[in-house]
Amino acid sequence: MLKKSLFQKPENRLETYEKIPVKGEQKQQGPEIPDNMFINCPSCRETLLSADVKENNGVCIKCGNHFKIGVRQRINMLLDEGSFVGMYGDMTSRNLIDFPGYDKKLEEATSKSGEKEAVICGTGKIKGSSAAIFFMNGDFMMGSMGTVVGEKITLIFEYAAANDLPVIGYTISGGARMQEGILSLMQMAKTSGAVMRHGEAGGLYIAVLTNPTTGGVTASFAMEGDIIISEPGALIGFAGPRVIEQTIRQKLPQGFQRAEFMVEKGFVDAIVERKEQREYLSKLLKLHSKEMLV
Amino acid sequence: MKNIFDSSVYEADESDVRAYKRVMTSRAKGRPTGKDYIDNLISDFIELHGDRHTGDDPAVITGIGKLKNMPVTVIAIEKGHSTKEKIKRNFGSMHPEGYRKALRQMKLAEKFARPVICIVDTSGAYCGIEAEERGQGQAIAENLVEMMRLKTPIVSLFIGEGGSGGALGLAVADKVWMLENSYYSVISPEGCASILWKDSKKMKEAAQSLRLTAYDLKDLGIAEKIITEPENLKDFKRIYYFLEDLLFDEFSKSKELSTQELLERRYEKFRKIGRIQGL
Ligand SMILES: [Zn+2]
Repeated sequence: MLKKSLFQKPENRLETYEKIPVKGEQKQQGPEIPDNMFINCPSCRETLLSADVKENNGVCIKCGNHFKIGVRQRINMLLDEGSFVGMYGDMTSRNLIDFPGYDKKLEEATSKSGEKEAVICGTGKIKGSSAAIFFMNGDFMMGSMGTVVGEKITLIFEYAAANDLPVIGYTISGGARMQEGILSLMQMAKTSGAVMRHGEAGGLYIAVLTNPTTGGVTASFAMEGDIIISEPGALIGFAGPRVIEQTIRQKLPQGFQRAEFMVEKGFVDAIVERKEQREYLSKLLKLHSKEMLV
Repeated sequence: MKNIFDSSVYEADESDVRAYKRVMTSRAKGRPTGKDYIDNLISDFIELHGDRHTGDDPAVITGIGKLKNMPVTVIAIEKGHSTKEKIKRNFGSMHPEGYRKALRQMKLAEKFARPVICIVDTSGAYCGIEAEERGQGQAIAENLVEMMRLKTPIVSLFIGEGGSGGALGLAVADKVWMLENSYYSVISPEGCASILWKDSKKMKEAAQSLRLTAYDLKDLGIAEKIITEPENLKDFKRIYYFLEDLLFDEFSKSKELSTQELLERRYEKFRKIGRIQGL
C-alpha cells in the first residue's frame, strides 16, 4: 500500500529556515554567549563561567559544544592580528520590490547586529598566507541572501580571481531572502557564476559551513567549494528540518542533516573544530600556494 | 465547472489582475504539462533515462528529438495529469538524481552541439529524507555552475509553476521565457504568508508582494518573453506552433554567436541582477 504521505502534494517552502523555531536536539547549538556570569551548556547541561567559554572561542570547555559566536569574533579568531582589510562595507540593501515591512526589518537588523548587511568581505592573512574572505553574519536577518549579499560575495570572488587569491568563505544562512523576491533567488546563479570563474582562473575556494547553513546558500556557493569543511554539529541542508517533517509527516532521525551526517553521506570533506580551524586552513593554503609548485 | 482559462484572467490592464489568480491558473488541473509540450513541439523524440549514479527520476523527462529539422536536447519537468501519473511523477518535484540526470543530458548536448530546451513546471525541489541524503543542495548548486558554462545555447521555458531553487536548477539559461500564467518565485505565496505573517490565508497579498508573475519577471529583467495564452484549453495548439517558430529562430540566431560571446552574455544576464551602481 502506498504511504498516505505520497498523496500529499509536496510543499514548496524551501527557504523557510529563517523563522522556524528550532526544537529538540537542535537546542544543542546554544544561543550566543550572554554576558551573565554563568551559562548553562544546552548539550552537557554543565554550568559554566561565561568568561571561560568566551576565552575558549565560544566552545564549551566540558563537552566541546560549539556556541554561536559573533562574526567579528570569528574574524579576530581566524586571521592574523591586524591583517583584515574590509571591502564593500558601505553597501546597504534597499527595498527593491517594495515588499511590505522590509525597510523596517532592515533597520532592525542593522541596529541589532551593528552591521550593514549579512556578509562581511575583505582580505586577510592566516599565518602569513593571504586570502580573500567572506564571513556571513547570522545576526543580520538570519544570514539570508538578498541582492547585496549576493553582490558582495560575487565581487569578492571576482576580486580574488583578478588578484590570484584563494577564497575562504564562512557560511551561516537561512537561505534566500524572501523580502527581495525573485531577485534574491537570482543571487544563487550570480554567485555560482563568480565561483565558477574564480575556479577556472585556477583559484582555490574553501567553504566553511557553520550552524545553520540551509536553503539557497546550500544550493549554491556553500556546496561549490573545492574543499568543504564544517564545524561540529552544524545543521547543513537544502530544506530545513521542519519543512521536511511537514512534507513527509514523520519525525526526522537523530543527527539528520548534521555536519557528521553530511561527512558520512560524502558532501563535506571534514569536520574541523573551531579552535583547529586557523591551523587547518593555514595548512591548506600553504599546500595550494604557488611556491609549493616545483 | 469553471474553465481554467477563464477570460477574466486576460483583462487588458495587468495591474487589475491579481497575482494569486495566475498562481492558481499555473497549478490548474488540465493545464498542459511538460510531456504535452514534448509531444507537440518535438518530433522523433527519444527518451533517455537515468543519472548514472543513483537512478532515474520520473519527475523529469529527458531526451533528444527534432525541433523542425534541428536536433535538440529536451529536459522537461513532468507533473502528470491523472492522480496515478502525478504520484509516479512525484507531482513534478525532483530529487537530486533528477538534477544530475538533466545535467548529464546537458553535457551530451554540449558534446554534440545541440541546443537545450528546459521546460520548467515545479512547486519546488523535493523536501524529503532521501533528497537531503543524496545532496539536493549540492545537485542544484552543481547545475548552477555547469549551466553557467555549458557551451551550447539554453532556453528555459516556464509553463506553470517556477518554485524557487528547484526551478532555478534548470533555468540558468540564455533566455527565460514564461507562459502568461506561469510564475517564478523564491518561495510559494503560501509559504511566504505563513512564515512572514504567520497566516497562510494571506497568500494573495504574498503573491502580489513577491512580484512573481510573468509580467513582473519581465519588468525585473529576468524573463525575456511572455507567451500569451489562449482563453480555451483546446486552442493551446496555437502556443505550440508559436513556440516552435520562436525556439527555432532563437537557436538559429544563437548559432551566429561565438561560444565566448554566448557564455559572456549568459554570465552578464545574471551578473547584472542586483549589481550595485557606482562601483
Ligand atoms: Zn557542554
